[in-house]
Amino acid sequence: MSHAQLSPPIYGLLAEFDTPTDLVYAAKAAYAAGYRKMDAYSPFPIEEASEAIGFHKSRVPLIVLLGGILGGSSGFGLQYWINCISYPLNIGGKPYLSWPAFIIPTFELTILFAGLCGVFGMFALNGLPMPYHPLFHSERFAMVTRDKFFLCVEAADSKFDLVTTHQFMESLDPLTISEVPH
Amino acid sequence: MQQGPEEKTILQDVPWPDEPPVMLPGQTFGSVTDTIADAVLTRPIGLGWLFGLFIGMTLLGVLMAAVTYLFLIGVGIWGIEVPVAWGFAIINFVWWIGIGHAGTLISAILLLLKQTWRNSINRFAEAMTLFAVACAGMFPLLHMGRPWLAYWMFPYPSSMGVWPQFRSPLVWDVFAVSTYATISAVFWYVGLVPDFATMREKAQHPIARKIYGLLAMGWRGSARHWKNYEALYLLLAGIATPLVLSVHTVVSFDFAVAIVPGWHTTIFPPYFVAGAIYSGFAMVLVLAIPIRKYYGLEGLITMRHLQNSAKIMLATGLIVAYGYAFEAFIAFYSGSTYERFMMQNRWFGPYAFFYWCLILFNILIPQVLWFPKIRAKTGWLFCISLVILVGMWLERFVIIVTSLHRDYLPSSWGHYTPTRWDYAVFFGTIGLFTTAIFIFIRIMPAISIFEMRALLPEAEVKAK
Repeated sequence: MSHAQLSPPIYGLLAEFDTPTDLVYAAKAAYAAGYRKMDAYSPFPIEEASEAIGFHKSRVPLIVLLGGILGGSSGFGLQYWINCISYPLNIGGKPYLSWPAFIIPTFELTILFAGLCGVFGMFALNGLPMPYHPLFHSERFAMVTRDKFFLCVEAADSKFDLVTTHQFMESLDPLTISEVPH
Repeated sequence: MQQGPEEKTILQDVPWPDEPPVMLPGQTFGSVTDTIADAVLTRPIGLGWLFGLFIGMTLLGVLMAAVTYLFLIGVGIWGIEVPVAWGFAIINFVWWIGIGHAGTLISAILLLLKQTWRNSINRFAEAMTLFAVACAGMFPLLHMGRPWLAYWMFPYPSSMGVWPQFRSPLVWDVFAVSTYATISAVFWYVGLVPDFATMREKAQHPIARKIYGLLAMGWRGSARHWKNYEALYLLLAGIATPLVLSVHTVVSFDFAVAIVPGWHTTIFPPYFVAGAIYSGFAMVLVLAIPIRKYYGLEGLITMRHLQNSAKIMLATGLIVAYGYAFEAFIAFYSGSTYERFMMQNRWFGPYAFFYWCLILFNILIPQVLWFPKIRAKTGWLFCISLVILVGMWLERFVIIVTSLHRDYLPSSWGHYTPTRWDYAVFFGTIGLFTTAIFIFIRIMPAISIFEMRALLPEAEVKAK
């Protein structure tokens, strides 16, 4: 018999709150108590919540910037290659590299690549699509898409201990506390 | 400077005194969710909705028939003939794509300007953009004569070894419109993902749960996800703003780069963009007024939204009026015989009736929006919006037809009369648009649920 079967590992402990204020203060307290592997869940974006769990900087802007640079340079490069190298055509005596005319497709491709890189980058950074997640086992958790706020301290955290973490979470005065199975 | 409550997120509202509220009082996170989601999930299919869909699908059938016949016979079934080779197809293209612009303005520009009242109208305004761009995009394809060769417009290594002409505004148009359609679609979808998660949890039917679940991609409202999400949302708004301005600018280049009198003018880009927003807001009101009434959404789409939209129409309408005035002024000030003749021909020529209708519909009638009493009546707003939509269509008719039918050489003058197939395709796209809108409000939350939650006073994190 393996150890895992003796004491089934859980994903974490989930505390439920009624207001965004309670959630943010609970997350701050958990961070102050030394927990790091945790996440706050809410039905709409709360800037303070990501600050409270120690997630300060999104990498999405960098991805959008790189996408824009890639799109702009490939857009201009494409037109340069077509008009100057692949098939140079004399149109009304204009120079092969009529760059002012190339600005519009360059601009549009900058926007296109920046936007698409941003969208795919955001989903990739968030690990989505992820149809299965342990939290979906919790019946209460469905309310996160409606009007309830949740803080989950994960069992993977080095400070996590079922008994003491449970006691700590009770001190945060949540509506409910539940164990989330894997 | 008015001091509002401290702003917490990009989605929160800062009201001014004496303004109607952005949401009627008494709403909670739960009630907002239920009001919007139940309109899709539990509300039975009503006769009104069926009737609307019936009208839309009838016109859609007309479109199918007209396009089939067009593919069989060719563009000769339309009234276009040299010198007026553009006709209805391009009029409708410009009209539809202009209507789409208000959706992007509402979702992107008003987000950047922190006009949070936009939160309850951005979702269906974005849907309106998508469907309008779909209608618009059809026309250049149908107008090509050989629409099955449309892919020649894209730069791909073909066996012919030739490439699109990148010095031509028509190729710029391909890039501008296809980028616009793509970015509008992803912006709309990204905005829907958290709401699809709500629908996934609220839906009763197992198949509906599966479909909403797939579309939600497993969204679970994590603070890390929201942080990345908001960063992206703001950046998409930031790049969609110059994009939307560029699209109608490029559309106006289709005209302004040509040397036809009445087209070759530098005022076209700003005046086209203003006209686009003008007609787009008119379409927003034409859609919003019946939807809020029929679905009982007066608590979420309040008079503040309608009045603000009316004010934007008034402002953009005045920019358009300035455009008309300067077009006329420059025609005479330029000293060019051809420009002067073009203007006189617009005023007194064979199509003068449409020019004066356009002045009446686009400039004179909308001036009643100056009166707060008129702005407070939904019936008036609805009728004025319809008038503006007709007026903006006439504007494109006047620009295209009166400029083309009499240019430099009297020997090449002509006359343009649309045929029944022109009308069939035009009203057919109205059917496509109507059908898409009716299906959309039936299967997706027509108002952004999570952005409405963020507008509630309870959404603020208070000091403990």
